Amino acid sequence: MPDTPPSLTREDVAHLADLARIDLSDAELDHLAPQLSVILESVASIQGVAGDDVPPTSHPIPMTNVFREDVVVPGLTAEQALSGAPAVEEQRFSVPRILGDEQ
Amino acid sequence: MSAATTDWTRRTAAELADALAAGEVTSVELTRAHLDRIAAVDGDADSGVHAFLHVDAEGALAQARASDERRAAGAPLHALDGVPIAVKDVLATTGLPTTCGSRILEGWVPPYDATVVAKLKAAGLPILGKTNMDEFAMGSSTEHSAYGPTRNPWDLTRIPGGSGGGSAAAVAAYEAPLAIGTDTGGSIRQPGAVTGTVGVKPTYGAVSRYGLVALANSLDQVGPVTRTVLDSALLQDLIGGHDPRDSTSIPQELPSLVEAARQGATGDLTGLKVGVVTELSGEGWQPGVKARFDETVALLVDAGAEVVEVSCPNIVHAIAAYYLVLPAECSSNLAKFDAMRYGRRVLPAGVEAPSAEEVMRASRDEGFGDEVKRRIIIGTYALSSGYYDAYYGQAQKIRTLIARDFDAAFEQVDVLVSPTAPTTAFKLGEKLDDPLAMYAGDLATIPANLAGIPGISVPAGLADEDGLPVGFQVLAPAMADDRVYRVGAAVEALLARTWGGALLAQAPELEEVAR
Repeated sequence: MPDTPPSLTREDVAHLADLARIDLSDAELDHLAPQLSVILESVASIQGVAGDDVPPTSHPIPMTNVFREDVVVPGLTAEQALSGAPAVEEQRFSVPRILGDEQ
Repeated sequence: MSAATTDWTRRTAAELADALAAGEVTSVELTRAHLDRIAAVDGDADSGVHAFLHVDAEGALAQARASDERRAAGAPLHALDGVPIAVKDVLATTGLPTTCGSRILEGWVPPYDATVVAKLKAAGLPILGKTNMDEFAMGSSTEHSAYGPTRNPWDLTRIPGGSGGGSAAAVAAYEAPLAIGTDTGGSIRQPGAVTGTVGVKPTYGAVSRYGLVALANSLDQVGPVTRTVLDSALLQDLIGGHDPRDSTSIPQELPSLVEAARQGATGDLTGLKVGVVTELSGEGWQPGVKARFDETVALLVDAGAEVVEVSCPNIVHAIAAYYLVLPAECSSNLAKFDAMRYGRRVLPAGVEAPSAEEVMRASRDEGFGDEVKRRIIIGTYALSSGYYDAYYGQAQKIRTLIARDFDAAFEQVDVLVSPTAPTTAFKLGEKLDDPLAMYAGDLATIPANLAGIPGISVPAGLADEDGLPVGFQVLAPAMADDRVYRVGAAVEALLARTWGGALLAQAPELEEVAR
């Protein structure tokens, strides 16, 4: 558990936005960072409420893996699957380059 | 309204179904009446109710014509065949845009139907259009829609609740007799409360989530938005049930909800045990909310119910737990909006031959609004190494504690009751840039989502101080959705006697928007 009271600096927010793949402008960082600190401080109140003996709940109903018979059912055609794509090439999703300059 | 005029938009869905069955009206006439009403009062981002993001007049009329043909041919029909409906813009609809109130999905037309939408189409309900919402269902006011807010039909300067403000406002403004909503932390029930309408969050897993764009998988649930409890029951009976395409869908059948609503409408609650949740009893909330709640509880006693106070002590941690679980799940869910396979692609300015990652960053910055960014960043933090146990892990444990509190409470009582929201509809803009103030309004609705139990909001009257609607919430154990319908219908019937009709009849007439 973190020892210090939680707060998010502008740099923290920039780092988290980077992890979340969102380009935040300077103005957005100025605007959002203080708000996020306030939110985090308020939710931090739950630390220590539940002891080690309390199991976590990920879903409100018991979850078990669900299997079905391995039968062929209709799916989307390639045309349907590509219908919302920003760019298409030879029946494929066309994306910008995925490797950096050094690669 | 005089008896001589037949304004079909003022009728309940059950009445419309009867009128269709009796041959008094056609589905085309009903559908056209609602499309005319939409054209008259819905307006746009700047004026009018703005409940709809997309109206599909042509499609709805074609579905209505098909319904009339089926009826003329004597085919066996679902009770609601031909009764039009509006659908929240978070459910996938073939042939109709599905934006989730976000720029990142602007213009996207899904290649498949959500299971709930497929069921509506199969049953023959013409789909009038898609309703406005907070972006990706994050918000309690519909102000976080990228396409402009929805306005409350009771007072166009106020919020209609959220995230499903569009669906609630559409039924409150008589633009649709029925609507579909989704409830992750109160997004069906709180808009119902502040617009004087009925909204139900079913048991988690009782209605398929296939084709629902996920906000938080473990909390989201699709449900009915209507003007009466019976109409909600008709709709949930239709959209509910097991779906092999949703692995969290419950395989068991629920008891008939229409039957429960009809039973409740007798107003007799003899033998029912009702618990007022101590932590949600309205102490310190808006006085008019507390007053209408207390009066409604007194009515339940008159109707034969035994009312006791029940404590669910861990509810005080519900908001904090929710605002960790939700951001964690949404930051992961919204990672799929990467501008590669569908949705909006934005090229970063001034970058020659940008990489996929640069395009992703620019698209997500421009495509997402402030509230979505706030929650994604909080979620990213809560899930990051070193903080996971302290935040997300703790929040999951609090879900367990809250579920245990409900289990213990339901050993003593059949249903729990509370006001749906601590205040009536606030002014547009009032809390827009104060996330914590906005979150605090979800206190009474969030616990049901964390525990997966069903809840209903029914109108409880108008607050004295502002004349705006107050909601009364009923919660029941998982799979006992019939109880929220029974008690909700009883409250509705008992209050209608004191009001001499429906609460919505007291709403001011909407002015027609300039066309």
